[in-house]
Amino acid sequence: MSIATVALVSIGAHPASGRARRAEHDARAVELGLQLAGDSLHVLHAGNPHEPALRAYLGMGLSELHVLEQSDGNDAVPILRDYLRESGVQLVLAGSQAETGEGSGMLPYLLAEQLGWPLVVGVAQIESIHNGVALVLQALPRGQRRRLKVRLPFLATVDNAAPKARQSAYGPATRGEIDVEAVEVVIDDLSTQGAFQAAKPRPKRLKVIKAKSGADRMKAATAKAAGGSGQVLKGVSAEEGAQAILKLLIEEGVVR
Amino acid sequence: MLNILLPILLFAALALAILGAVRRMAMWRRGRASKVDLLGGLLAMPRRYMVDLHHVVARDKYMANTHVATAGGFVLAAVLAILVHGFGLQNRVLGYALLFATVLMFVGALFVFKRRLNPPTRLSKGPWMRLPKSLLVFSATFFILTLPVAGLLPEGFGGWLLAALLAVGVAWGVSEMFLGMTWGGPMKHAFAGALHLAWHRRAERFGGGRSTGLKALDLTDRSAPLGVEKPKDFTWNQLLGFDACVQCGKCEAACPAFAAGQPLNPKKLIQDMVVGLAGGTDAHFAGSPYPGKPIGEHAGNPHQPIVNGLVDADTLWSCTTCRACVEECPMMIEHVDAIVDMRRFLTLEKGATPNNGAQVLDNLIATDNPGGFAPGGRMNWAADLSLDVMRDKPSVDVLFWVGDGAFDMRNQRTLRAFVKVLKAAKVNFAVLGLEERDSGDVARRLGDEATFQALAKRNIQTLAQYQFKRIVTCDPHSFHVLKNEYAAFGGDYLVQHHSTYMADLLAAGELNVSADTGGSVTYHDPCYLGRYNGEYEAPRAVLRALGIEVKEMVRSGFRSRCCGGGGGAPITDIPGKQRIPDMRMDDIRETGAERVAVGCPQCTAMLEGVVEPRPLIKDIAELVADALIEAPAPAKTVKRATEEVTA
Repeated sequence: MSIATVALVSIGAHPASGRARRAEHDARAVELGLQLAGDSLHVLHAGNPHEPALRAYLGMGLSELHVLEQSDGNDAVPILRDYLRESGVQLVLAGSQAETGEGSGMLPYLLAEQLGWPLVVGVAQIESIHNGVALVLQALPRGQRRRLKVRLPFLATVDNAAPKARQSAYGPATRGEIDVEAVEVVIDDLSTQGAFQAAKPRPKRLKVIKAKSGADRMKAATAKAAGGSGQVLKGVSAEEGAQAILKLLIEEGVVR
Repeated sequence: MLNILLPILLFAALALAILGAVRRMAMWRRGRASKVDLLGGLLAMPRRYMVDLHHVVARDKYMANTHVATAGGFVLAAVLAILVHGFGLQNRVLGYALLFATVLMFVGALFVFKRRLNPPTRLSKGPWMRLPKSLLVFSATFFILTLPVAGLLPEGFGGWLLAALLAVGVAWGVSEMFLGMTWGGPMKHAFAGALHLAWHRRAERFGGGRSTGLKALDLTDRSAPLGVEKPKDFTWNQLLGFDACVQCGKCEAACPAFAAGQPLNPKKLIQDMVVGLAGGTDAHFAGSPYPGKPIGEHAGNPHQPIVNGLVDADTLWSCTTCRACVEECPMMIEHVDAIVDMRRFLTLEKGATPNNGAQVLDNLIATDNPGGFAPGGRMNWAADLSLDVMRDKPSVDVLFWVGDGAFDMRNQRTLRAFVKVLKAAKVNFAVLGLEERDSGDVARRLGDEATFQALAKRNIQTLAQYQFKRIVTCDPHSFHVLKNEYAAFGGDYLVQHHSTYMADLLAAGELNVSADTGGSVTYHDPCYLGRYNGEYEAPRAVLRALGIEVKEMVRSGFRSRCCGGGGGAPITDIPGKQRIPDMRMDDIRETGAERVAVGCPQCTAMLEGVVEPRPLIKDIAELVADALIEAPAPAKTVKRATEEVTA
């Protein structure tokens, strides 16, 4: 199964101290990649190659980490897109959301869109890859799993459902090499012109517990979300379907 | 006939023994280099043997006397036998001396024999069961052979039959005693043991000294291995030390992990290292196995990785680093050093710290505390105490090292009690506050030398900014690390455990305490205060000052049993048949005491984890704080205090 597999990594931040570390989800992407491709996994970062926290990824047993050098506030999407397009990669793994910077979780979507690849989110496991088709286990809420057949190339993001990242060891972390590549810098208007400010936690809705017994509470915690008012459209024309979706979006206030 | 045969047998045996010695030394030299004073060590060896080693052996009077007679008799008999029977110096005085030596050895050997009739389980069997017989044969044969020399029997007495019997006896005796010494028999302990004492990796231990701090790994030397992967990665004198083992099993009897049914037996571990240095399998091991692991399934050689060949990883992670094995070992072997060396490789190279190990190490790197708590919350426990912080008050008498117990709600009670005591004694003290970091104890014992050194260096940097006369801490682990392990990185401080400091305060009359009235008390010695630092007296002195008569446990002082909380053992959490703290609580219950005084946050946590009903666990600082008599204050304050009591 020696296909060109790339894991995209970023610099994370510890939730309690804010100190730089390997990002939790990205580390899981690397773990998934190592399980899938072993030594041939190609780990890629766009940013500052001198950040010590990058070595934590090398500590997972990588001999090399590739960095497309750029400074904060530069847009990573175009250079990653060009790099991936030129290198003939078949599978790209990434964490679902960065812990630093914008952290919008948009990067995988933008990349997939610009590459014209499918994107599979919340991958729990990649079971096999045969004849250019991967069997992917996707994590759904409440512990459910969905098995998908995806044609290569595609982009997959992982979150907490993916296998836990292995421990980063000091020896390989110090020995591993960081291969820096100079790229044309693209200024990201959004992050250079706008001002960053700390996110305020959204007020939480009061959760009214109606359950009277332990059995009820168990049911509430484990039962599938009841959609209730949803409607299933079957055998309708594309136009009718689109109409129905647009109607719903207007009702929900998404489209005004 | 014997006159011709005897020298041949003796010298042939000696020659083969020397050959064996050269071969054995070559095995040790596969290890890495180590700085040892070769000549000075050899010169100091007799004294180390007769004084330091004897001190340890003499804890068991029966065995000490037996060994003095047997070994003393043997050494004398061997030298004289070579002179008399080897070189043919048929001198009557020498003959009598040799007779005396063989009788002495024979008597000693009888006691060895007696102990082997019904040996305790900790003793290895196998070839060791043969040894007393060999000793008896050696001494008896040379006794009879020497009778004619002393003129007590005519030459040629007994005829051919006796001569043949004696020839067999000599052959047996010298094979065991001379050949066995260097070719791997039970007598190997004498040869390797003597050299081990001479070239011990902790020479400071001799002459009443103490050396317990782990040795630093040179992380700047890229060519050196990070810890020990293969037997040849040990230093040569560590390999030599393993060979010195007599398989007496004192370590096994003292080991809390072995008693709890976790897969560790210090004796077997050392024997496995011997298998590793010589090559082979553990099938010939004739002692207790690692609990739950059958003998004969592991093999290794000097160039093969130890873990998952010779020893399983869970064996290494079962150790609580309590040092009970090292304290008991009559050969002064360093088990804990070896275990940590192997752990270092697993953590630093393999990234294979089990269970919560990886997370704890990540937390230490990212938040400076093992729990992963926000570093800004380190002083929350003292929010209302208005403590001085070193940054605002850079020169004090006492720097109070709080430790990571600051994040633990149980330990916060201890910390607050100790602050109350310090304030009552009007001590000029301050804390580092948010500048304090984990001491690195747990990282180091989990094998993460890199994180330990990073924490140590940053703590030393912080401490260098301030002036203080001493550091006082409630945590024996921080105490040990600050006192004994920071010096290698340039941190030399006067560090005291809070029990020592309170004993000083009480002795100086700085504290006004009433008699304790809470019921009977026993005291649990923390490993890192007692065995690691020799402080057995101060906590007891504090308790005495409170009018408490300690109901001592059978295993107290240097024989104290570990609570199970050291060496990262609660983090790696290797399953066994029972829990170590439960066993310790049984020791405590045996005394009938209503409370147990402790001096360590780990011990507190482990013992409080034992299900009730059980004796109450009280830190010494809490006992002192409860017994404090508030200094006579203005009437107004007194009135308010009484109101509070009635309310």
